[in-house]
Amino acid sequence: MSSHLPTPAQPEASHGSLRMYVTGFMSSVVLTLLAYALVVNHLFSTRAVLACIAVLAVVQFFVQLVFFLHVGKESKPRWNITALLFMLLVVVIVVFGSLWIMNNLNYNGMTPTQTDQFIEKDEGL
Amino acid sequence: MSQLVPNSPLEASAEHDPDSKTMFGFWVYIMTDCVLFASLFATYAVLHNNTFGGPSGNELFSLPFVLAETLILLTSSFTCGLAMLAARKRSEAQVIFWFIVTAVLGLAFLSLELKEFTHLVHEGNSWQRSGFLSAFFTLVGTHGLHISVGLMWMGVLITQVVRRGLPKATVRRLALLSLFWHFLDIVWIFIFTIVYLMGALRV
Repeated sequence: MSSHLPTPAQPEASHGSLRMYVTGFMSSVVLTLLAYALVVNHLFSTRAVLACIAVLAVVQFFVQLVFFLHVGKESKPRWNITALLFMLLVVVIVVFGSLWIMNNLNYNGMTPTQTDQFIEKDEGL
Repeated sequence: MSQLVPNSPLEASAEHDPDSKTMFGFWVYIMTDCVLFASLFATYAVLHNNTFGGPSGNELFSLPFVLAETLILLTSSFTCGLAMLAARKRSEAQVIFWFIVTAVLGLAFLSLELKEFTHLVHEGNSWQRSGFLSAFFTLVGTHGLHISVGLMWMGVLITQVVRRGLPKATVRRLALLSLFWHFLDIVWIFIFTIVYLMGALRV
């Protein structure tokens, strides 16, 4: 977010260009339509489609970070990226931690019959 | 301690560009907002199967409708970027034009979302129906609330540009707003994928 020439009219490197916005927009549209088409046509197994759309969402996340928010374009003390990485760490802990704990609670809260059914269904025994 | 201050990185970059401090502060706010959304996503992920005998996501959501919402919001994020390019060039007319386009697209998105919400409530599937619907309305509603705040902010700034042109302070405010708007589009990618697409897959 800093430039070597801080004159007001100077377009700064960290603010992107028309080409960047167009590239970001086009690739986001393609990624969105791809994910949509995968789900609507259901070409592969549910698990494969699930993995694909998750990957497409993460790719689009990075596309928009780079092309719209210009992450990574700031100069040396990269505080924006540091804050972003810390946020991602917290998000991963909160989301996966919650899912892990709640899954475990669900499992522990089952009656013995339910546990048997669960094991049968989940592990195909 | 006082010896360290001139050498501290934030001070140094603030000397080059006093706006960078404000931008960084707002960036930190956005990061905390991401954590807020993450906790709502976690709640949704935990509760999404708890339909309490009520309808599940794939019975309620219309994918073409949501795709339209998604593309509208994505386009508004793009036009917001075009508005910022115009602001850097100090082109007042273009700034006003592109921000009005962004605001109209944002309003279109919001009205589609409200249409979906009223439809759900009229069918008896409000947030009181099940844990799944509570989590759904909280997550998507919080995003909609952010969009509403963003639209009000946009209205205020458009008025400012019309009245006072583009002094440095206004450009800074526009830059903060565009950061906020792009961020809302990023959150929507995950709502689209996790709530709607994965909901349609019945997982």
